Amino acid sequence: MSVLPDGWEMVVGLEVHTELLTKSKLFCGCENHFGSEPNTNVCPICLGLPGSLPVLNEHAVELAMRIGMALHCTIAPSTFHRKNYFYPDQSKDYQISQYDLPINANGYLDLPDGSRVRIERAHMEEDTGKTTHLGGSGRLAGADRSLVDYNRCGVPLVEIVSAPDIRSSAQARAYAAELRGILIATGASDGRMEEGSMRIDANVSVRRPGAEFGTRCEIKNLNSLRSLQRAIDHEALRQIELLEEGGTVRQETRHWDEDIGETSTLRVKEDAEDYRYFRDPDLVDLAPSEAWQARVRADMGPMPAERRHALETRLGTPTDAQRDAVVVVIDLGLERYVHAAADAGADVAIALSRAANELAGVESLDQLSSDSFVKTVAMEQSGALSATQAKAVLGELIANGGDPVSVAAAKGYEQLSSDSLEATIDELIALNPDEWGRYRDGDDKLAGFFTGLVMKATSGKANGKAVVAVLQSRR
Amino acid sequence: MKTALSIADNVRNGSSTAVAELEQTLDTIAARNDELNVFLHVDHDGARVMAEAVDAAIARGESVGPLAGVPIAIKDNLCQRGIPTTCSSKILEGWRPPYNATVIDRLVAAGAVPVGKTNLDEFAMGSSTENSAYGPTRNPLDPSRVPGGSSGGSAAAVAAAMTSISLGSDTGGSIRQPAALCGIVGVKPTYGLVSRYGMIAFSSSLDQIGPFSSTVADSALLLEVIAGHDPLDSTSLPESSPSLLAHVDDGVAGKRIGLVKELYEGSSPAVVAAVMGAAEALREAGATIVELSIPELRLGLSAYYLIAPAEASSNLARYDGVRFGRRVDGEDVTAMMEATRTAGFGAEVKRRIMLGTYALSAGYYDAYYGQALKVRTLTINAFARAYQEVDIILGATTPDVAFAFGEKAADPMAMYLNDVFTIPTNLAGDPALSLPFGRGDHNLPIGVQLLGPGRSEAQLFAAARTLEIADGRA
Repeated sequence: MSVLPDGWEMVVGLEVHTELLTKSKLFCGCENHFGSEPNTNVCPICLGLPGSLPVLNEHAVELAMRIGMALHCTIAPSTFHRKNYFYPDQSKDYQISQYDLPINANGYLDLPDGSRVRIERAHMEEDTGKTTHLGGSGRLAGADRSLVDYNRCGVPLVEIVSAPDIRSSAQARAYAAELRGILIATGASDGRMEEGSMRIDANVSVRRPGAEFGTRCEIKNLNSLRSLQRAIDHEALRQIELLEEGGTVRQETRHWDEDIGETSTLRVKEDAEDYRYFRDPDLVDLAPSEAWQARVRADMGPMPAERRHALETRLGTPTDAQRDAVVVVIDLGLERYVHAAADAGADVAIALSRAANELAGVESLDQLSSDSFVKTVAMEQSGALSATQAKAVLGELIANGGDPVSVAAAKGYEQLSSDSLEATIDELIALNPDEWGRYRDGDDKLAGFFTGLVMKATSGKANGKAVVAVLQSRR
Repeated sequence: MKTALSIADNVRNGSSTAVAELEQTLDTIAARNDELNVFLHVDHDGARVMAEAVDAAIARGESVGPLAGVPIAIKDNLCQRGIPTTCSSKILEGWRPPYNATVIDRLVAAGAVPVGKTNLDEFAMGSSTENSAYGPTRNPLDPSRVPGGSSGGSAAAVAAAMTSISLGSDTGGSIRQPAALCGIVGVKPTYGLVSRYGMIAFSSSLDQIGPFSSTVADSALLLEVIAGHDPLDSTSLPESSPSLLAHVDDGVAGKRIGLVKELYEGSSPAVVAAVMGAAEALREAGATIVELSIPELRLGLSAYYLIAPAEASSNLARYDGVRFGRRVDGEDVTAMMEATRTAGFGAEVKRRIMLGTYALSAGYYDAYYGQALKVRTLTINAFARAYQEVDIILGATTPDVAFAFGEKAADPMAMYLNDVFTIPTNLAGDPALSLPFGRGDHNLPIGVQLLGPGRSEAQLFAAARTLEIADGRA
């Protein structure tokens, strides 16, 4: 499903920066915490005060190795380099990063659709601070004032660089989503794109299928999966338009504007800095021993692909919609509820649907025990609760906890007796003779009309399936 | 001349007090500092508080450290909490570090009393202390001459008997060369033996903090106090501080000492004679002298003037006016950074930043920085081969005695050549020390240099002590 005109193909590689979930920063003991008062999580080291020296955070190395292991990378002896450039939010005016010898290299990531994207490297580096430019141009050059917050300066990052193996924006999105799942599953990151703990740059070029790679542009400021997908499509179309008009693509860095849905030039290649990389003499080489690697590997739980497979196995032959629901449930780490329902012999399909819908997007599930979830699913399965009622019961359990049976009772969800249900339906048939006639003549759509009336009349206590059964019997 | 050992003994046994020793130091400084420009800052109040604390601890019968009550001068590229630290640069004017260098903590824990910060060539770049933004330091032995550099202030503090000991730093000879020119002992320890945490970096892979003193034993004692693993410095060696003072009288009997021609050839006749005299003295003390040539050492100076400026160009990037030190306002942040650096750095610092930036630039890295790293490896291997044949290497520290102000200041190459004998050790990461042996023109002292493989400090002190006795300084 490509948005590109026939005869064109896009070539995309992604660079994903993820902040690591360590207690402290990469080279000092300051707290690694988002949202603190500006310049409170700082010390002589992350402020780059004269005479201070970096000391590598061991936990950050472990998290970086976990990412590498999950991406099937080779973990190799590595070094730290300095990337030299002047910018006020970079306290030393160089960034400590990895250059020709990264800790993780040559891996791959398999996507749910069966495609494989190769990983070139996943290296460690430190984050920069945050600059806010006030007044004037509002940018570094020409602002009246620039304020810098160094709380983020020195926060550990891993940059995961894919090979240019991606051929559509949907695949790019699937790659980013799958990678995000892996980062969360490894415990390396919280994957929160909105807080900047996962940031994506996309390298996009276009070509005629089978031709050499075209000139690429790097797109920055992709703050959501939606932005990523839109920006890639927009950029590929822009390049195709240029080429079809006989123009050429200039290698440059472009900025995505989510509001207007366009990319614009940030800087061209000729302006690119010479970073004068050289090995940081303040740090020693990093060569994790086999034993250390084995310990880290042993501590890792299953990755999303494996967990999806486990869930799909319990469904038997999942539908496409169920596969999507499985992705959601695994992404959100909700599968223990579904597994608990399956273990108890409850309907896996109902459990999956409730987990993917009712439990998704909920701030806290602390109040909801798997036991209560399983009971609610079982009640829905037996017909004791309608789907609507089961959703309401789950909502209440999530908010305030409790036992599903008492919650259902408190909401007045005792099932209507079949006698009173039939009486109600007969009454409504009598009141709507025209509609009933059309239904009887085979217009099935009107089942919904009558179900609606029954629900209204019974304040939602009726079971929808039972209503349809009665309607059928009267036909 | 009082030694640190005797001061600490007297303070501990009650025949003196830390406060009395400090007052005497402060008096000497007051008497001579205007003339010599040794100290950039004297911490009268802070030093008194520390001295009183030592005396109080003794009064309470508590055990005090090996440097109890010993006043010490600190090179002004070492951070001391709340004390102005300038690196002799205008760019750090007014900056007071909020933390202590590890060596300061260790000195204070050992009972020493840091009295103030001494002058240096700006950011330790120089061999005469003429590159200080706060004026040159004068050689106490002849105030018309330089004390050497870059640790000229710390060397002069000891030579002028202001303090018995001081700390300097040595990147290409910045302890040994001024020690030689001021007629005292100076030690560049094995790389990683002394923590660099809190030392303002010039060239991180070469920098080492080390002691100055008038006697070999005092340097051994001071190095023992400041050495040993520090978790705050990733390049710090894992071992705890070695035993040095206990070995100063071990002598050199049975030791093989290499007389390396690349480390004295081209020196003044008096310097060559001093090196030969030292070799003879060591032989008489039971050592075997082996004449050696290590041609690779001739490449050291060129490699050093690529590696050190390259690292410096990066280390000195942070002086941008944003967070600390001097700021010169500009239209926007970039203009402010440019104006700050233009006004804040002196000519030699700018020269080395430009050299280093060039050496690391795309298209030049392989030919310059990359090549220099290869020469560094050659140097390391050449020394390693030599140390299979000999235990210690003997040479000159500098080609000549202290030179006059202005004599080399106009010609950077002439100035750089002053470090030709000291630089190879820094490239190799090995220890070396300089001690006075004999006299040259104008009756000025000559420094001879003893070099050894990594962590051979104890053996170097024993050889140095042998020469100290032979030179009639015992």
